[in-house]
Parts: sequence; structure tokens; C-alpha cells
Amino acid sequence: MVATSGGYGFWAREKHQPEAITPQSLDMFFDVSTLVVAQSQSQTETLAVAEEALRDGVCPIVVMQLTAPLTLTEGRRLQLAAQAGGTTGLCLIDEDKPNNTAETRWHCAPLPDPDNYPEDSTLQRWTLIKNKSGTLGVWDVRWDQSARRLIVVSASRE
Amino acid sequence: MFDGINRRVVSLWFPRLASDRVLRARPVEGPFALTHQENNANRVYCLNAEAERVGLFRGMPFSDARAFCPELLSRPAHPHDDQRFLDILRRWSLRYCPWVGFEGTDGLTLDITGSAHLLGGETALLRDLRGKLVRAGLSARIGLGDTRGAAWALAHFGEGVAEAGRALEALAPLPVAALRLDAEVIVALQRLGLRTIGQLEEAARAPLARRFGPGLMRRLDQALGRQPEEISPQKEPPHYGVRISLPEPIGLESDVMVGTERLLTRLCEKLKQQETGARVLCLTLRRVDNDAQHLELRLARAMREPSRILPLFQRGVSEVDAGYGIDQLRLEATQVEPMPTEQINYVSSDSADRLDDLITRIGTRIGLENVQRFLPADTHIPERSFIIAPAAYSKPTGGWSSPRPRPLLMFRPEAIAARSSRPPKSFRWRRMAFTTMRTTGPERILPEWWLEDENWRHGMRDYWRVETHQGHRLWLFYTPQNPGWFVQGVFP
Repeated sequence: MVATSGGYGFWAREKHQPEAITPQSLDMFFDVSTLVVAQSQSQTETLAVAEEALRDGVCPIVVMQLTAPLTLTEGRRLQLAAQAGGTTGLCLIDEDKPNNTAETRWHCAPLPDPDNYPEDSTLQRWTLIKNKSGTLGVWDVRWDQSARRLIVVSASRE
Repeated sequence: MFDGINRRVVSLWFPRLASDRVLRARPVEGPFALTHQENNANRVYCLNAEAERVGLFRGMPFSDARAFCPELLSRPAHPHDDQRFLDILRRWSLRYCPWVGFEGTDGLTLDITGSAHLLGGETALLRDLRGKLVRAGLSARIGLGDTRGAAWALAHFGEGVAEAGRALEALAPLPVAALRLDAEVIVALQRLGLRTIGQLEEAARAPLARRFGPGLMRRLDQALGRQPEEISPQKEPPHYGVRISLPEPIGLESDVMVGTERLLTRLCEKLKQQETGARVLCLTLRRVDNDAQHLELRLARAMREPSRILPLFQRGVSEVDAGYGIDQLRLEATQVEPMPTEQINYVSSDSADRLDDLITRIGTRIGLENVQRFLPADTHIPERSFIIAPAAYSKPTGGWSSPRPRPLLMFRPEAIAARSSRPPKSFRWRRMAFTTMRTTGPERILPEWWLEDENWRHGMRDYWRVETHQGHRLWLFYTPQNPGWFVQGVFP
């Protein structure tokens, strides 16, 4: 999404998380020099920072890594901020910490992919498990490195 | 050479500048010392008078000092703060004359030529100077002479005044060390039997110059006024502070913002004249009950446009407790950076400015150093192949290149149970069972021998990309020197 929007990317995460995102792998997908990472102390700070970034609108996509479930108020505030800024927010959450206000909720799981080259990304099954304004669905997607775009390998087989 | 004006120079020496500075703020009774870490040893940096009376001296190991004097109180020394304090003293001494220079790290030289009469003559000036310094809690030794050298000698060795044109009489009984000479020259002169300046002056010049070089005679001539020596006054740095006092206290947020805007306009005008931009701004709001509130604004980029800075103050101002009202506002640029005038470009990227503003706003909440961006680093070690730098103090750069794909997430290596040097057919990681579908590798990475790295103590690593039947694609490595398998990352 950052790649298509051509603007800045914003990533809010908590400082103490041991896993580090590596810029070399992100460079496959978009220009890493446009990415700004905010390291916050707590989830409250992450949300405040993400709200600020969503409202500002200079970064078309704001990714936040959340560690605790969102309350309705927090979720709604983020939505209003995103609406004001005309931006998209993406919360990365664990499976058991739902966000009740989300417009859409996706479940991503990796799939084995014996037929394709390993240079592309992992084949993933993206399941749309909540959609306020449409139907649900399942997509198997993969990033094609030579075409530099997402490929929806097969449509839903349901 | 007499040029028609008798120069008069005051030399101020603060023998205990560092400890006086600390004790002024927090006085203590009894022996006191400042300690400083030098060459892995904690040494005494500065002492107060009582500690010197007990027999301690500068430069001695602190543990020895504690053994000699168990009741010794100590604090760590801050030489940088001492220099700032000396600079404050230099500015203060501009009240006596307009020409003040530093003398080493613990002294000042004042050229009071032509300004002594303003304070009622030299004697009155010295009395006033000493009185004010004593009241400020500073031990100072003052020398007055025709030249910088003479004044220095009198300040350091037997305080006193050399009458105009009669420097030799005052200096003759002083030891040769008063000429600001190197230690070995002083020892050599003493071996020759030349112990005082008077004896040195009477000795033949040519043999001394041949033996010790021109430095010795130059110092003597400078002290006695036969050779000139300049005093370099410091240039006053521009002061970026403006304030406004209000006849009536204000309390509304909008009023404070209007006041801030007025200050900001004046401050930015000044920044523009000096071709600098503010990096850190401090807004001080003084209330009628003499309580002051400080708002610090750290900017993501040096700036001097009032219209851009003002909205960034909004968040801080809205949190201020106005109490019974605010009657003085003061705005200071506490950190400035050079910001040369730039060509205005009509296609200039507005979004870069907006991003900087966003970083500033977020920085006021979580700290400017926590807003970061990635910069590439030139190394093969995966953990160190990128630098995380504060976005406010770095420019985005490209040049990312990795010869082979790198995982999206990297973590500390997590050991898995496996033996052979080929990737295991099945393994357990994070309480999940995996069976291997396809492996790619190995990619051998050697540790950087010129850097100590605790994480690489297992030696070289053979990295494998392992695709599993469960879908996960993991980054495993094998350490041939200490056989073992570890998981270090997950591929996108």
C-alpha cells in the first residue's frame, strides 16, 4: 500500500518488543527511506502517536503493532482520525485480541507453496473474517518480486 | 617600548574554581573534594580549603584521599560546567572593563587600561572586585601589573600590585616559575642557581637563549613589558531570547498563544538575521505567584518560520496551569543550528515539511529520539546491517542492497534441537512442530573479527532458508564450529 501511494509510511510500535523489522526485506516492497518508525513506551502512547499520524494525513498508511485489545472508544477515535486525515490505518493484532470497531478484519496464515520460486514472498491465505460493508472471502496471495506486485493466485474456492 | 599609554592588566586566578562552583550551589561543612576519572583511576580534581589543610592535594588517587581523611565528602567533577561557569564570570567581569580574555581554564585577564577611573581608581577597583568575589563564595587571587605576564605572576605567586612602569621591582623576588615556563625549564634554571626573576634578569641573555631557546627570554620580556602580548576577548554569542511583560495577568489559552506569536515573530526575525534556525525552543510562562512553567519544544528540523512553529506549541500551552494568571512570557531558542538562506522553489515538496511537523508533534509526546528511521550500514552481519537513527537528526538515504533475501522479522537466535549439518527434516520451534519442505542455502557469514560481539561467539554461521509444510518460511542457521541450530527470522 505504501508502494502504491508513493508517500510516507508510518509504523508505530512498542519499544520493548524483541522482534525487529528488517529494512532490507521491506525494501522489496517499497522505498524504506520513506518509512518513519515511532517507538513508544506503552500501547496508550502507540495509539496517541498513531492517531496523530492518521489525523495529519501526510502518511497515507499508518501501521500500528498492538499488544492489547482495543476498546470501542479507542477504535472509534482512530477511525475518526483516519477519516479526518483521509488515511488508512492498519492494526497488527494477535488473534485473541479483537478490535470491535474495525471496518474489516483479516486473518493471515502462511501456506506451503511447492510450485513457486522461493524468491517471492510466502504464499499467504488472507481470510476476510469481518466486513461491515460487504461479503467475506478468502484469497491466496503472494508477492511477485519480478512484477513487484501482489498476485492473487487463486480466487476463493468456496 | 612606550606607546603613550600605560597598559594596566588585572589577572584573576580562581585556584578552586570547580569546588567553589559546586559548593556555592550546595554548601557542605568539612573537607570536600571533586573527583574525576582519569586513565581508569578516580583522582581528586579539586579540593576546598579545609581538605587542603588536611594535607590532600590535587591529582592524588581518590582512594588514598579517603584513607587519609575518612570524613572527606566528594562529588563527581564536571569540567564542562566549570568552563561554562568561567564564561559566566567572564561576562560578569565586563562590568569592570570591555576587554576580558580567558587565562587557561581557571583564570581571567582583564585589560583595565583607561577604565579604572570609572570605579574610583585601581585600588578601589581591586577592592570592589575582591569584595564581590568573596561575597559570591569564590576564592580568587588577583594580580595587577603592566603586562599580562606580570599580572599572571603576581596572581599566582604572592598577590600584589606592580606599580606602573616598575614591574621588575615587584617581580624580582618571585620564583622563575612565575614566568609561565615549562616544568623542565624551571628545574634546569634552578640547577643553574637562577631561582628568582631578578637573578634571571641580571644573568647574561645570550647563553640562556642558546641553552633554552627563545621561549624563556620571550616570557621574561613579555612579563617586563619589552615584548607585547595580546589579550583575546571572546566574542559575545548572539542571544536568542525574547520576552514580554504584561500589565495584567492573562489566563486564556488563546491569549497565551497570541503572546507566543508576538514573541515568535521577534525571535524568528533575529534567527533570520543570523541565518540560523531554532532546534529547541523553551517557552517560560511566569505566573503572578512567581511560579514559572517551562514548555520545551524540540523541533524535528531547524526552523524559523513563525507560522509553522506556533501550532506546535498548541499542545504544550493547552496543558499549562495558569493559576492566578500569567504576567510574563519568555521565549528562548536554547539550541540553534546554522540555516543558510535557501532558494525558494515553487515546486518544493510540501509533504517533507509536513512530515517534519508531524515528527515534531509526535516527538513532544514520546521524545524526539524515539521517532526513528532506518539507515543502511555497510556490513554482512544481518543484525547490524542497518542503523536505527532518530529521524529528526538524519537524512533518509537509499542504497539498500542485500545479496540474498533477508527475513522480515528478526529476533535473538532461538535454539532448536537438531544435530546434523544439513537442515533438520522436522523440528519444533515455539511449541509448534514443523516439517521441512524445501531448503535453500547455505549462506555462510563470518563474524567480524575486528569487533567484539557477544552474539557471534559461536563462530561462523551457515544460514538456510527453510520452507515448511506448515507454510512458515524460517531463517535458520547452523554453527559448524559449535554444532547447533538456531532460528533467527521469519520471511515475509
